[in-house]
Parts: sequence; structure tokens; C-alpha cells
Amino acid sequence: MAERSFKKEVEKLRLGAGDVFEGEGILAVTKALLQAGVAYVGGYQGSPISHLMDVFADADPLLRELGVHFESNANEAAAGAMLAASVNYPLRGAVAWKSVVGTNVASDALSNLASGGVTGGALVIVGEDYGEGSSIMQERTHAFAMKSQMWLLDPRPNLPTIVGMVEKGFELSEASNTPVMIEMRVRSCHMTGSFVASDNRRPAMTVGQAAANPRRALDRIVLPPAIFQHEIEKIEQRWPAAQKFVREQRLNEWFGPERDDIGIIVQGGLYNTLNRALELAGLSDTFGATRIPIYCLNVVYPLIPEEVVAFCAGKRAVLVLEEGQPEFIEHELSTLLRRADIQTKLVGKDVMPRAGEYSGQVIGDGLAKFLRDHAPERAPEPRAIVPVPADVAATVPQRPAGFCTGCPERPIFAAMKLVQRELGEMHVSADIGCHLFSILPPFSIGNTTMGYGLGAAAASAFKPEGKRALAVMGDGGFWHNGLTSGIGNAVFNQDETVTVIVDNGYSAATGGQDVLSSRAKNDTRITNHPIEKAVRGMGVKWARTLTRTYDVAKMRDLIREAMTSPEKGPKVIIAQSECMLNKQRREKPLLARAAKEGQRVVRERFGVDPDTCTGDHACIRLSGCPSLSIRDNPDPLRQHPVTHIDNSCVGCGNCGEVAHAAVLCPSFWKASIVTNPGRWEIWRHRLSQRVIGWLQQRHGRHLAARAF
Amino acid sequence: MELVLPDCDRITIAILALGGEGGGVLAEWVQHIARANGYVAQGTSVPGVAQRTGSTVYYIELVRTRPSGGNRPDPVLAMMPVPGDVDIVIASELMEAGRAILRGFVTEDRTTLIGSTHRVYAISEKAALGDGTGASERILAAAERRSRRFIGFDMAAAASKSGSVISSIMLGALAGSEALPFPREAFEDAIHHGGKAVETNLKGFGLGFDSAQKGEAAKDAAPAGPPVPTTAAGRALAARIANTLPAPAQATATEGVRKLMDYQDADYAGDYLDRLAAFVPLDEPDGALTEVAARHLALWMAYEDTIRVADLKVRASRSERVTREVRAKDDQLLSVTEYMHPRLQEVCETLPAGLGRFILHRDGLRQRLEPFFTKGRHVRTTGLRWFLMLRLLAGMRGMRRRTLRYIEEQARIAAWLDLALQAARTDRAAAIEILRCQNLIKGYSDTFERGLAHFQMVMDAVPAALRGPNAAARIAALHDAALADEKGEALGCALAATG
Repeated sequence: MAERSFKKEVEKLRLGAGDVFEGEGILAVTKALLQAGVAYVGGYQGSPISHLMDVFADADPLLRELGVHFESNANEAAAGAMLAASVNYPLRGAVAWKSVVGTNVASDALSNLASGGVTGGALVIVGEDYGEGSSIMQERTHAFAMKSQMWLLDPRPNLPTIVGMVEKGFELSEASNTPVMIEMRVRSCHMTGSFVASDNRRPAMTVGQAAANPRRALDRIVLPPAIFQHEIEKIEQRWPAAQKFVREQRLNEWFGPERDDIGIIVQGGLYNTLNRALELAGLSDTFGATRIPIYCLNVVYPLIPEEVVAFCAGKRAVLVLEEGQPEFIEHELSTLLRRADIQTKLVGKDVMPRAGEYSGQVIGDGLAKFLRDHAPERAPEPRAIVPVPADVAATVPQRPAGFCTGCPERPIFAAMKLVQRELGEMHVSADIGCHLFSILPPFSIGNTTMGYGLGAAAASAFKPEGKRALAVMGDGGFWHNGLTSGIGNAVFNQDETVTVIVDNGYSAATGGQDVLSSRAKNDTRITNHPIEKAVRGMGVKWARTLTRTYDVAKMRDLIREAMTSPEKGPKVIIAQSECMLNKQRREKPLLARAAKEGQRVVRERFGVDPDTCTGDHACIRLSGCPSLSIRDNPDPLRQHPVTHIDNSCVGCGNCGEVAHAAVLCPSFWKASIVTNPGRWEIWRHRLSQRVIGWLQQRHGRHLAARAF
Repeated sequence: MELVLPDCDRITIAILALGGEGGGVLAEWVQHIARANGYVAQGTSVPGVAQRTGSTVYYIELVRTRPSGGNRPDPVLAMMPVPGDVDIVIASELMEAGRAILRGFVTEDRTTLIGSTHRVYAISEKAALGDGTGASERILAAAERRSRRFIGFDMAAAASKSGSVISSIMLGALAGSEALPFPREAFEDAIHHGGKAVETNLKGFGLGFDSAQKGEAAKDAAPAGPPVPTTAAGRALAARIANTLPAPAQATATEGVRKLMDYQDADYAGDYLDRLAAFVPLDEPDGALTEVAARHLALWMAYEDTIRVADLKVRASRSERVTREVRAKDDQLLSVTEYMHPRLQEVCETLPAGLGRFILHRDGLRQRLEPFFTKGRHVRTTGLRWFLMLRLLAGMRGMRRRTLRYIEEQARIAAWLDLALQAARTDRAAAIEILRCQNLIKGYSDTFERGLAHFQMVMDAVPAALRGPNAAARIAALHDAALADEKGEALGCALAATG
């Protein structure tokens, strides 16, 4: 992390036994790892677990003290592979990533890890969400846990429970020689709460000690014939061991009355939402005193047949609340009940929606349906809902995410739009990263996005008979895997694709972490590896680096050249300008200090003259900058709003360059405001202002003379 | 202090904010206040995309802490608002208040809605070719109607006035609403505790507090009356307006005269009234036709040429406006650079018609001259060189009536007025729609050419439309289609449909 400090958070990691930790869920998990005596931690940043990576990256001194190794892995595959350290040695290791994407990237390593099994506890912290907070496709890590035999924890949103499950997760992993995943939903990650801390524990064995005393076991290596043995071990030893541990440690929880003829089985992560739905139906209270029995699955895989049978026996019907599809838990519960010959009716996706987030409203509606069918005397009165008037619904606009104020990626897409005006529409293969916002208005550029760093690879099928395809990739995606699967693939297969690599100096979309090509100096990582050198090393002949993306005309000319150049082979444009969000984080305080100390400081911002602006907004359609907005037309005759730039403008220059490149209008101006100007500068300025002032006075008299 | 609570002592608060507005800071303040005053507080959010222009919801639940030894477990608090179960909604912007209503968070039985009434326009509203903004009054009406109590005022203006940020105004309004059972000092303590920009935050807080206490309603400033003439020529023209035009059109015509006197001179404004007079006998007593003609004729006659742009750029009032807008202080130096891109076309249009046509019609000459006009110019108008250049250009106003552009524009205006007058004889509504089409012509260079082309396509379709039924509605549909997209796709479809 170059431009943000997490010192305050790191301090919380130092809390000792008896101290009360207050903070967000994901930081609680971070602290829990240290309390559990973890020996190494890794992962790849992404919402909602970026915070864990960022805090560890800033916690170097603490980690050194404890003898914990931390690594920002190149990608999730690297992070997953790192867990190999727990195969031969009793090392507790944890990695974190955004799932299901990260799990998919890591799947090769995870399959092998799960096959051979682990000696030391191995924990994968997956940030996963099925609802509003999710920015990826809706799939379930649950499927992965099932097919690879990894255990999946879904602790209920309560910091002591979450922290406890991290500790128990390691123990479960060790007791069953199986890697364990712990799922954190977005809201759980950002949920504030408190727990009583315990002391951090030095790992019993450090990674250094393990490396110094290598151990080897042939039967842990994933190759025949050991793999056949692994398959049997999974079923005959690890699975029963895990179920025994979960049962004995009572990792799942029961709430409410012991006897009842109905009940609810819920994924741990949904428990709070369920309790609210019950409360609103008059069946629970704020403190979770439910009047319907709840079996709360903090461990969603494996299920514990004895617990399931005991809970369901004697009940007429049980409601299963399982978010996402397919409904793996419901399927398995059915099997368990059939096998035990229990006649309890299982109600799940027949009353609950098959797809979509289980919000309070959704669970409330499903619960009401369940009760009406199976316990009508307890069903809540249907709540009268006053429909929102249609005119309100039609008036409230969508707010799609877009580029930040002054974002250096904006001019790249403005340039692309200008090239499209000349060459016609292009097939644009987009990638994961901030630049993916190009698919939305006002740019509306990009056809597909196939995964992080896969922009170039996703265009490789197009062998042009005329117009080339264009691929976009960020520097984050490039180092994540784009160098090999995108550039290497294109060179080897003699692709003609044009790849624009957005080199903004950070893995910006995930929070501004450093990557290999970052320009920042980083005390614990090596940076400053130019991307152009890397692509040339891969065999690209046509590579150009543009060091200021805001030069829209140059950007446009370069893209046009790449699209039409007679040269064979892939063309790579590296478009460099620093992520504005991070640049501002770094420069704003420095400039403020410099101004205070009496140094000459220049602030730039743009503006629009409302009397020359005619309200066509072509400039906005080529920009979409948050600071470039509209306001009522000051001219009483004109009826369309004028363009307006507010004071949040950071003076990146895009507006003016676009106005020039697209030959728009003369309304844009740039103001340079000089604090602490030099003496000569003041003298010159005063002189010209005096002359201009005099001319303006005369002009003013003419204007007054011909005025109304 | 009255406390809005359901049948349990739980308070739920939803904050709807846009990225960068400090919704997270506000949520932290509220939780700090609650914890310091005997409540358990839990906050959650899905902040991922908020920083990049998106809207996001921060959700907080507060529960009174039990006396110790009560042997009660920790409260189980929800992580997202349930429709109908929200006590307080704070929205940082008007449409976000609308979104809260839309999502069912605001209910008449219990919700205190605290919302700013200013607008931060969404991209769909900003990118429209004309006016794409949503109707604010609908949201204001719904906010009043559907909440238990609505506290709405322009918090962005308050933030700007106090030199603070909108989150501190929102905190002040929350305290001032007395919807939470905590005294004012408790809120101020939270700002002190936060330790950042304490002074300005307290100032903003105070302003928000007072506005909420006053129950300040969203008020529009009273519209300014029509301008009063300041010169003899102005008075003469004002008298002409009063004597010749129907009363409902007079205010607009006065604005038109003022604009054209500023643009050119009193004679030109006189020409304007001459042209306008033709509409009066064809109009009804409501003056609607004349009013629309007055507006759009004035706008067209004040077309944007290089002389006009230069004239506006060199004015003292413009320098003052820029200085104010960028908040430049007295001890700072301000320099202003314009982004101008005059093409050979515009230069020739500013020349006397004969000369301008001569150059534009000779390909060889054109090709030789054009390279000098392909680059955009950075024009520093706070420097003497460029200021003098623009001042000279503005001074060419005297010869405007001889320029190529003037001749071309007057011919277009005449054709358009003829068409409108001809329509007005049989179909006043259609004539109004024809006149309104003037606002399809906007901007400069490519934008201007595109708008003019679309305008011409609509005008070409007018005679056929006039022969059929519902001519006004059909012309209006073409007008709207022309403003639907840049490429003219919607217009093409609409024209094909009209046949």
C-alpha cells in the first residue's frame, strides 16, 4: 500500500488478553489469525477482504516480532499454492481472497492441496456475497468445497463467533487433515462490533524453521498411486474426523425452544437477518429470544447427520434458509432425512426464491408463507404495503459506478470513442478493473469481460480480415496473469490484437495496492518494473508507452496507428498516468504543507462559461467526470441546463484536451491559482492586469451604452 | 424530547449517500455517540463501488445497553434495513431521498426523513442532449407525504456556506431533528473525538442543527422580475413591446431585446421586434405563439459566432465570475487559459461574405490554409497578447452584419419563420412546435453542424406533417427524437415512422 496508512488498525492487532477490540469484522478476522498462532499469511486483494491484506502489509514490524511471514501473492493461484507449506509441516497458514473468482483462479492449487491433505491448519478466508454488495457473478464457493472436500464455515455475524470460528477452523483443519474455508459476506466484513481479545501467539514452528529442517512424505504428493489413497482417506478418515470435531466442539448452534413441531435451519451468515424477520413477525426479540427453534449452521459443509436428525425428528415441517443456487444444503438434508426415514417435511426453495439475495424482506415473506402452511396460528398478519407512486420510481435515476474525478483512464476511452468515429465500431475485449466502467455510459465501450488479466486472451479468437480487435487490460490484471495468458498467448499465436494496458501505478480497483510496475518506493516489496520491458521480453515488437493519458489527441493517434499499422503481430499500448485517487491522497497534504511553509504552489482546475455553453453536453458524453456536471441555465431564455464544473475538479486537463481533440466548444477554461507567487511573477501579473482592467473598463462603458 | 420508537428500544438508521460524501464518517460519528451514551451500536455497509460515483447505504442499529448482570445475551442486530422498519433515514441528496422512499425505507408511521434538497445529477441526466434532469418537486412531495416527518434543506449550500463538508451538516440536522435521544453536546463530543477538521465540522454541524430546528422548508428564490431599461434606446424598445405584443409574451420579448442589444445593437433588437410582430395577428389572446417565437427567435438571432465568444470572454464581469468560481484569494495569482479550436470554416465565416465564400469555395486555397487551423489553441486570456487579440475580435461586432455567417444565419431564420407563420395560419400548436425546434441547433463546429443537420431533417418533414392529422404532436415527436441521441438514430426511426 503506497498512499494509505493503516497504522491505527495495526495498533488494534496488538491488543492483549482482556482488552476489548472494537472494529470491523474483517479486522477481527485479521486479529484472530494472530491469536491462533498463524505462521504465514497470504492472499490477493479484492473487496471485501482487501482490508486484511492492507493491514498486514502495514504490520511488518509486528509480524517480524511474532515470526509470522506475510506475502502479497501475485494472484490467488500463488496464494493457494503457498498453503503447500502446511502439507508437510505443522504450520498454520491462512490466505484470503475475493470469491468465487479467487477460488476459481486458485482451483488448481486447492484441488491438489485438498487431495494430499494438510498437517498444519490451512485456512482460506473467502469474501463472498450473494447480494447487493457483490461485484462478481453469483456463484457459490459451496460447490467448490463439496467437489474438492474442503470444509466451509459460514459463521453467524457476531464478532466473538467469527473470531472463535477462525481459531476452531485451524483446529478443525488439523483434526481432519483438510483445508478449511471461512466465508465472510460483505456486510459481515464491514460490520462493527466488539470482542474480548486474547494475546497474539508466536507460531510453534516458523516457516524459517520448517525450511531449515525439510520433511518429506511420498504419500502426500498428488500423483498415482497416492491419489487413489487420498480419495479413500477423504471419505473414510477426514470426513468422519471433521464431523466428530464439529459435533464435539458444538460449532453449530441451537436457539429457541427445545420442543416444537416446526423449526428453521439457517446458514450462519443469514442468522441475524432471520432473527429480524422473526422479530417483525412477533416471534423473536432484539436479543434473539426466538419462539421457533433455530438450528444455525456455522459449518455449512460438512453437515452433521446426527444433529440434523435430532433437530428434525418430531417436527412436522422444517424451513431451510439457504442463499444461492443450486440448493446444495437442502439436497443433502433431504438425503439425510430419507436415509433416517424421518417424515418431516422439508420446505426450502419451494417457498423461498431460487435466486437472489435473502434480504430481511425476502426471508420475512418466505417465513410468512411457511407459517401459513405449517403453523397458521403463528403466521403474522400480512403487512399493508403502500406502493410507491410510479412517478417517483420513474424520477429516481440509476447511479452506475463510473470513473473517479480526474481518473487517467477516462481520456483513454474518450480517445477510443474518437477513433471509433473514424474507423467505425470496434470489438473491445474488456478486463476486470476500474477500466471496466467503460462498458457503462457515457462511454459504452467493451463487449465482454472474461476474468482478471484475461482481456487480451478473450480477444484471441479474432483473426482480422480488416479491422483488428482491441483488448483492454489493467496493470493489476497484467501482473496477475495477463503477461502470460494475454501477451504470451498473443505473441505465440501471432495475434493481430491491439492491447491497451492501463498502467496507473496501482492495483487501483482493489484499493490502491502496489504491483510490480508501481512507481512508488515500497520498503517491503520491489517495484518499478516497466511493463513495456516485460512485454518486449515476451516477444512483442510493436509496443509504445504513452506517459500522459490526458493527451487525448496523442492517445487517439496512437490507438489509430495500432489499429491500422501494417506491422504483423500483437500491438501493445501502455497508457501511463497515476491513479488520481492515490495521487490526491499523496499530493494534497504535501501541497497544503508546502503552501503553508510559503513555497510557490499551483492549483489547477477547470471551468465552463455558462454564457457560451449551449447545453448540448457533448463534453459530458465524452467524459462522465463527477466534477463535470450541469446546472440551471442562467440565461432566462435558454431552457436546457448548462455544463458546470464544481470545485472538486482536480485539474487533470481531460476536459480541455477532449474539447480540443473532438473540436467541441470554446467554453472550457483552465484556471491556475498560484499561492505564494514570486516577486517578478507578481509584477508581471499586475502590469498586464492593469492594462486589461483599463481595456475592460472601456469595453464596459461600450456595453452599458448599448445596453437595454 | 420526543422519541420515535416502535414497541422495542431499538433504533434503526439508514444513511444514503454518494461516494466521497462522508457517509462512512457520519455513520462512525453516530455509532460513537450511541456507544458513549449507553447504547450498543452496530453499523454495516457495502461501500465497494460508492467511491466511484455510485450510491450506497450505511445502516446502523442502536439498542440500549442492559444493566450488567441482567443475564441477557448480546443483541442480534440486522445488517440491512427492512422496508417499514427504519426510524431515521438520512439522505445526502434529493434523489437519494427518493431512492430511500423507493426502497420502502421511509414510512409514514415512524420514519424521520432528513434529506438534502440539492441535486447531484446522475450520468443519464447529465449526458442528455437537452434537459434530462428528473423532476425534483415529485420527490419533495413524496418526501412530505410518505414520511412521519421530513426535514429537508439544501445541505450542499450549507456546507459551502460553513466551509465544511456535507456529513457535518447531516450530523447537525440529525441532532436538530431530536430523533435520537442524545443531547446536542453528545454530538459535538463525537466531532471532537474524531479529531479531524474539528472547527469547520462544528460550524457545519451548528448550521445543520439550526436549519433542522427551524424546520426550514425547501424554498425556491422568487424569480427576478423583467429587466428595467437603463438607456433611451432600451426605453424606446420597451415601449414598443408594451404597445405591440400580447402581455404574456412581453417578459420573454424584453429578455430577447436585452440579449440582442448586448449581442449587437438596438437596431438589431428592432429587427427582432419587427419579425415578432408578424406572429401577433395569428396569435390567440393567451399569447403563447408570440411568447415561444420571442424566446426562440432571440436565441437564434444571438447565434454564437467568434465575435460573440470573444466579446463574452473579455468582459470584466467574466473575469470576476471566474475569480469567484475558483475561490481565488486576494494574495493568489490567477491565470486563465481558454481551450479554443477555430477552424478555417469559422474564420471564413467571420470574414466579409464575399471573401469568406471565395476562400471556402476554392479547394486549393482551402487546402493550403487549413493546416494552420487544425490544432486547438491554448489561449491565455489573463495575458496581454491573447487578451488584445480577443478584444480586437470582439470589436469586429460593427462589421458583423457583413459577415458570411450573418448572411447565412439570417437566411435560415427567414426560412424557419416563414414555415412557422405559414403553419400558424391553420394550426397554431404546430407552429409552436416548429418554433421550438430552434433548440436543436446548438454549440460550435461539429456539434453545430450535427444540430443544424437534424434541425433541417425535421423541417423537411414539416410540410408533410402539416398535411396530416396531429401535426403538432408529430413535430414534437421528431423534436424529441432529434434530442434522443447524437447519431440521429432515433430521429431516423421517427422520420421513417412518419413516412
